[in-house]
Order: sequence, then structure tokens, then C-alpha cells
Amino acid sequence: MRRQIREKLIERGLFGAASTSIIIVLLIVLFMVLEGCSAINFNFLFGYEWNPSHEKFGIVTIVISTFYIGLGALAISICIGIPSAIFLSEYAHETIRNIIKSSVEMLVGIPSIVLGFFGLIVLIPLIRENIGGRGESILAGWIILSIMTLPHIISLSEDAMRAVPNSFREGSVALGATKWQTVIKLILPNAKSGVLASIILGMSSAIGETMAVLMVIGNPNIPWIPNSILDQVRVMTSTIVIEISYAVWGSPHQQSLFAIGVVLFIFVAIMTSIARIVVKGEIRRKW
Amino acid sequence: MVTEQKKEKIIKAFLYLTTSISIIALLSIVIYIVINGAYMITPEFLTTAPYKFEMGGIFPQIIGTLLLVGVCMCFAGPMGVLAAIYLTEYAPNNIITKTLRFFVESLAGIPSIIIGLFGLAFLVYYMHFRISLLSGGLALGFMILPWTVRASEEAIRAVPFSYREASLALGASKWQTIKNVSVQAAFPGIITGLLLGLGKAIGETAVVLLTAGSGLESFLPRSVFEPVASLPVYLYMIATQGHTSEAYTRAYGAALVLLMIFLTINIFASIVRNHYVKKHKVRFG
Repeated sequence: MRRQIREKLIERGLFGAASTSIIIVLLIVLFMVLEGCSAINFNFLFGYEWNPSHEKFGIVTIVISTFYIGLGALAISICIGIPSAIFLSEYAHETIRNIIKSSVEMLVGIPSIVLGFFGLIVLIPLIRENIGGRGESILAGWIILSIMTLPHIISLSEDAMRAVPNSFREGSVALGATKWQTVIKLILPNAKSGVLASIILGMSSAIGETMAVLMVIGNPNIPWIPNSILDQVRVMTSTIVIEISYAVWGSPHQQSLFAIGVVLFIFVAIMTSIARIVVKGEIRRKW
Repeated sequence: MVTEQKKEKIIKAFLYLTTSISIIALLSIVIYIVINGAYMITPEFLTTAPYKFEMGGIFPQIIGTLLLVGVCMCFAGPMGVLAAIYLTEYAPNNIITKTLRFFVESLAGIPSIIIGLFGLAFLVYYMHFRISLLSGGLALGFMILPWTVRASEEAIRAVPFSYREASLALGASKWQTIKNVSVQAAFPGIITGLLLGLGKAIGETAVVLLTAGSGLESFLPRSVFEPVASLPVYLYMIATQGHTSEAYTRAYGAALVLLMIFLTINIFASIVRNHYVKKHKVRFG
């Protein structure tokens, strides 16, 4: 009898441990909303001017810059990452694939501050001397962010392509198709949702990324809507990190920074749910 | 007209090119940091405290980072493993389990800066832990909890069902089976997962910057309620605010030490995993 009671208690305890994630997520939502909601109003969402010393908190410029940086970086990492994944999955020799794949996977979590530091010390002078501007620019942000998202995209989309059964390839080759025709007509359509999910997840991690971007984009005090890729910009994450250290606790400034956090949270939540729906479609379809 | 063979060749060349670009971009960063940081790695740099902003070494930063991930693991390790045990062994296939999974996934998707803001509002101000080792460690723990849950879950799931059946057939209770069979067999896998979470926590800057301290502290914390220095924040401060050659050489040194800790953890994790996969002939992660 005591044994049954003990078993029951253990199960309850384990359930408690499993619900920690729920508690943390709910607390995060609660505190972000509590701190940020009073700052969310029409001027915040549709104002063009962000100037804390004049109590102007409009985030339009910051949001536009965030997407400008995120989408550009994503475009670069798609153009390089997807072909790399195709190469690794379909063309590369097994040993080469293993070496490259494991080194790419090792770099998935590379500390973003190290990437940012590399950008600051190498990329910025390069851009300043060869292309012009002050060096700290959207271009630098694109390059650093795309390097950061590359390992995610390569690793996830390669997994998706490898998951396509070998019989598909054999069938296609037996019909006289070349390797590339097989890739385009068969592998990519079948791995579509995995590849798409890797892209969406790459996008949301690019938008939520802080330190790497922060160090290379300049962060002007009063942001404007960028009109060249050599402009300095300020994104949502960098604004929060830079200004939270001197915003007075309880002031509209601090609340606006939390409100930026809420907006960021919503964007990222939308993107991850899209990715989840896409991946779910993949899992449901069984070969 | 371009024949199919020719097209195939061109495409192959293009794929080679993109793959080399991505590999070179990633490796060149590592190599650049190693080359420029290598001469800074002296016993003096590693064992003294920083002074006057850009002089001295990074001893408190290294220890501080280790303390932070220690606190983080004290929270996320046990919580992650216990949650994973529940999800694999007990959880019925119903709405509650689905909700649990949904929240674990959601926590994984939250950007680190938001975890940092939450740590600042909840741990630092609401719970009055102040800017401290405890706040920083817990906030890091919140961040990597989903990773430890997922990794331990995969490891426990990979244990063949026959192991459990054998144990139950011998008259062991469910908990005894889990404790002595499932978790034992999944142990190397769990360790791998925890190590990968650790690697993620080590390099995290935004969270630590908001909750644990300015990174330049020249002392070690005497209790968990004191601010603590850390390598990523030190690197951030010294790289963005120091403009002298002393500051830059120290930034290279700190970046290299951080990178080395990160790579060591990852390599160690993959050794444990390969060993485990070979031994049990199972696939996971």
C-alpha cells in the first residue's frame, strides 16, 4: 500500500517539475504585459520618432529597421545555406559530409558575442575602407547575422532532405533523370516543409538576436528609416539592451522598452507558430 | 544549347562554391580569433583581476562565467531531467500533455533578450534578488530549460522498451524501473544534452548583462546575492567601450577563452554521444 502511495506522490512531483515551463512562460507573458502595456498606445505603434530625452516613443523606424536587417540577412543565408544543404545531402561524399556536417553543427550555438566582436574588428573597417560610410551599417548587420543563421539553416534543411527515402532517388535516376533534375523535381518538393521551417526559424532567431547585431549596426541615438545599406540603424533588441541600463525604473522610457519587448515577442511567436504548423504538416504525411 | 551534362557540371560547381563560402565564413572567424588571441593566453592574463577598465587579466570573469552556468545547471539540469521523465514515462496522451509540450516549445522560441527583461523585472526587482549571481543563473536556467527537457526526453525515449519490460517483469515498481533502468541507460545521452545546454548558456550575453552584472567586476562574489563578472559581458564592454590597443588585445584574449570553453564543451558532448551511440546502437538527437 505504501509503495503505491509513494509511486503516486512521485508521479505528482514529476508532473510539478514538468509544469515549470508553463509557469515560466506564463510569468514571462504576465510581467512583460504588466510592465509594457501602459506604454502601448497609438503614438507608440505608429509614431516615427524615437527620442527618449524628449519623451517621444514611436517604434515604426525601429520595427522597419528590424525587418530590413532580418529579411536581408535571411536572403543571404538562404542563397548560401540551401545550396550548401543540397550539396551535403545529395552530392557530397559520405566522409566529407560527416566532417562538414559535424563542424557546422558544432557552430550552431557559437556565442553571438564572438561573432559580433569579429564583425566589429574585421568587417566594419573593411566596409569603411572599401565601400564607404562609417562602416557600422545594415550591410555589416546582414553579413554577421547571415553567418549566424547559416548553421541553423544548413543543418535543419539538410536533415529534411536526408529524410526523403532513397527509393525516390533510385526511381528518378532509373527513369533517366540527372542528379539535378532529381533534386529539383523530387527532393526539394518532398523536403519543402522542413526547408521552409528552417527558414522561418532562421528568421525568428535573426529577429530575436541581440549581441551580434548590436555590435555592428551603429545604433544612432535618434533612428531614421534607412535609405541605403550603408546607413546606421537601430533594431528592437539593440534598443532594449542599450537603453535599459539608463532608463529610470518606472518611467515611460522603461515601460516603452518593455513594450518593444512585447512587440518583439508577438512577432517571434507568430513566426514560430507558422513554423510549427508547417512542420506538423510534414510529420503527418508519412511515406 | 547546353546539354544536361554540362548543366550538371555547372550546378555542381555552384554548389561547391556555396558550400565552401559557408564553411570558410564560419571557420575563418574561429581561426581569426585563435590567431589573434593566442598570444594573450598567458598565466598572468588568466589568473589576475582586471583593473582600470582595460588592464589586468580575466580571472574573475572566467570563474564568474563558470559560477553562472553552475547556478543555471542546478536549476535547469534537475528540472529538465524530471520533466523529461514525466513526459516520456508517465504523461498520458491527452490535452494536458499537449499543453505541457506546447509550453516547452514556446519557451524555446522566446528570444533571449526577452528572458533578460523578464529576469530584470521578476527576479531583480519583484523578488528582490538584485543584480546578482542568483538572478543571472536563474534567468539563464529559464533560457536553456527547454533544451535540457528536449535532450533528456530524446535520450530516455531511445532506451529500448525491452529494458523496461525486463525490469517490470522482475517485480520492480514503475519508479524503480525508471530510476534503475531507463535513466541509467539514458545517462550518457542526458549528459550530452545537458552539456549542449551548457554551451548555449556560456555564450549568452544579453541575459547576463541585464541580470548579473557589468562584467568588469574585479572581485568574486561572496554569496549568490552579489553581482558577478562574466566573460561575454566583459568582452562586450571592453570591445565596445575601450578604444585602446590594450582593450582590443584583451578582447581577443577573452573571445578566445570563451570560444575555447564553448568548443571544449561541444567536442566533449559529441564524444560522449558517439561513444553512447556505438555502445547501445541507438539513434537519437
